[in-house]
Amino acid sequence: MLLAIDLALIIEKLVLIVIVVMASLVIAMYATYGERKIAAVLQDRRGPNRAGPFGLLQPLADGLKLFFKEEIIPNFSSKFLFILGPSLAMLTAIMTSAIVPWGDKVHFFDRDISLQIADVNVGILYVFAVVSMGVYGIMIGSWASNNKFSLIGGLRAASQIISYELAMGISLIALLMVTGTLSLKEMVVQQQNGYWNIVYQPLGFLLFLICAFAECNRTPFDLPEAENELIGGYHTEYSSMKLGFYLFSEYINMFVSSVIMATLFFGGYDIPFLNEANYDQNWMALFGVMALMAKVVGFIFLFMWVRWTIPRFRYDQLMNLGWRILIPLALFNMLATGALILWKQNNWHF
Amino acid sequence: MQALTNRLKQVDRRKMSFFERLYLIAIFKGMLITFSHIFKKKPTINYPEKTRPFSPVFRGLHILNRDEEGRENCTACGLCAVACPAEAITMEAAERQPGEEYLYREEKYAAKYEINMLRCIFCGLCEEACPKDAIYMSETFAPADYQRKQFIYKKEELLIPHPKEEPDAFKKALGNRVKRENIN
Repeated sequence: MLLAIDLALIIEKLVLIVIVVMASLVIAMYATYGERKIAAVLQDRRGPNRAGPFGLLQPLADGLKLFFKEEIIPNFSSKFLFILGPSLAMLTAIMTSAIVPWGDKVHFFDRDISLQIADVNVGILYVFAVVSMGVYGIMIGSWASNNKFSLIGGLRAASQIISYELAMGISLIALLMVTGTLSLKEMVVQQQNGYWNIVYQPLGFLLFLICAFAECNRTPFDLPEAENELIGGYHTEYSSMKLGFYLFSEYINMFVSSVIMATLFFGGYDIPFLNEANYDQNWMALFGVMALMAKVVGFIFLFMWVRWTIPRFRYDQLMNLGWRILIPLALFNMLATGALILWKQNNWHF
Repeated sequence: MQALTNRLKQVDRRKMSFFERLYLIAIFKGMLITFSHIFKKKPTINYPEKTRPFSPVFRGLHILNRDEEGRENCTACGLCAVACPAEAITMEAAERQPGEEYLYREEKYAAKYEINMLRCIFCGLCEEACPKDAIYMSETFAPADYQRKQFIYKKEELLIPHPKEEPDAFKKALGNRVKRENIN
């Protein structure tokens, strides 16, 4: 019954939504800082250290700068689509975080509050649906710019994301066969009680990781914005906060895919070697969120570490890797997992 | 064909082995290399807070010197202006009046002394030409301003702080000038 939804639940979810959106924005902001700092440290430089202590206010200064920049909409662009592009990119980037279980239940005001905005039973499919929407932001923006560099960047982004989504999906099917559920929450609960999924699906994780790099347009797969050949790629014509939205959505995407990877393969908010049931519920939920965040920071560091280590792929190499290596490997992984599961069901007899 | 130098390097054109073609191992090795750079010492000097030590012969902005009692050394002889290849120095001489002995060391002094820092090439010839040890080049550098005319330094900008009234500023402006005299 629809009317039976109580007000407290709505307030609770609203608060959670605000917190999650704000948190992902702040984390994306500081990811830019982290990116610059890590790039600097890996190259024996110091990185931003002027704005505030250790340059911690640098992202604020960057954001302010983007807001105050002149907003240029090219004359020959289609204005509606031009504005729609970055908005869509940002929207889809933020939407993904809706189904992530950030932590276990907390107990406040005589209520059990789940630290998850929506426990959708098709969780992982929702992620896929929203992430593939993200490519529209890039495509529409690049098309609306009416600039050949942007268009080439957009085309690259589209074909890259579509071809890597296949391998990603197939590598996930193997994982879904192991877990037997699509809900992220249930997957975490399973991993809390058993082993992390990385133990069952090492190859699947590797494939997923590579595809996540491609989906986020990160080096070595950052062809859509290959600066040295396409100027800025799909965001060549963008300026001011619209450019900021594109850049920001990239970092939010990185954050969200780190969260998804941590949840799917590394136990989500599970703290290893610790039985959560023995301790106070609220504290454990808090520590769980912190454990998840630690894993996420680790993944974000990995993203950046790889970016500042290896050069960009050539476009044919990228397609070659996607279609002729990753997809067959993912298919093999799926078949092998299926065979093993069947073998196990048969009590290890043929 | 015989090589002209002995620096010839044979290019390895063997086919890559399976593990090399995997590329993942190579990536991991590369990542280890970049990771090791986190712990390396950074050569950057945080400039405005820290500065690199200059060599004793460093030629920065000019300073007009005073003696120990705070009297100006310059007698406006014009040798520096003659020596200056960029013609950056102009001056006007004046006669010391009775009662001004505490201001100027000798009977003649520079009423006006200007150096155009945009013309100056910081060659140090003025310093060498000066018979009175009146002009020398300090360790301050990189002046910045909003107007070009601000770069024509007058006596107010050039004169060294008074050694008795502001001994600390005087010392600072003097820098390691003593060393330089030892070199000459």
